[in-house]
Amino acid sequence: MKNRLKVLRAERDWTQAQLANELEVSRQTVNAIEKGKFDPSLPLAFKAARLFGMSIEDIFQDEA
Amino acid sequence: MNTTNSASGGWQNNVKRQTVKLGYWTFAWLVSMAVATFGPKSLWGSDGMITVLAIGVNLLIGVGMIYANKNHLKSLDELQQKIHLEAMGLTLGVGLVVGLAYSNLDIANIIASDAEISHLVILMGLTYLGAVIFGTRKYR
Repeated sequence: MKNRLKVLRAERDWTQAQLANELEVSRQTVNAIEKGKFDPSLPLAFKAARLFGMSIEDIFQDEA
Repeated sequence: MNTTNSASGGWQNNVKRQTVKLGYWTFAWLVSMAVATFGPKSLWGSDGMITVLAIGVNLLIGVGMIYANKNHLKSLDELQQKIHLEAMGLTLGVGLVVGLAYSNLDIANIIASDAEISHLVILMGLTYLGAVIFGTRKYR
């Protein structure tokens, strides 16, 4: 699954640690999601969508 | 950062709190295990009642440790939980397969000494530790 988390974070000039704090996950988890090594659960994806004021589809895209 | 989160830092503090709690319970369990194991030889001799009491206390503290471990796992985020789940799965598999093979070697008298449960505990501990380190690096 692809995602725009890194771009959206950079646009807001946030660090991985700041984003992790907002999402209530570890910095390692944010890093793993940005690198596509880990796909977040639906509740976490909704949380990210709420934080950025976007829909889940605007942040996460299926690669299939 | 423009956003504010009232829970900011709360999540991390909870992880720290649960980790410290687990540490205390594990230490208490370890001490009670040492007392139950070495007590009959070094402290109270052949009094079976005290030995049963010491083992009972060890069991009760063990239940507390399991509960603390459950709370610790629940406090972790989803990636950390995944890493621990994979480590637990591997540890269970290695413990079962190697443990039974080890027992068979003892039953068939292929190994000189008796199969000790402590060897299995050490193997499971090292497997879990290695799997958590490997999992953490894998998602780095």
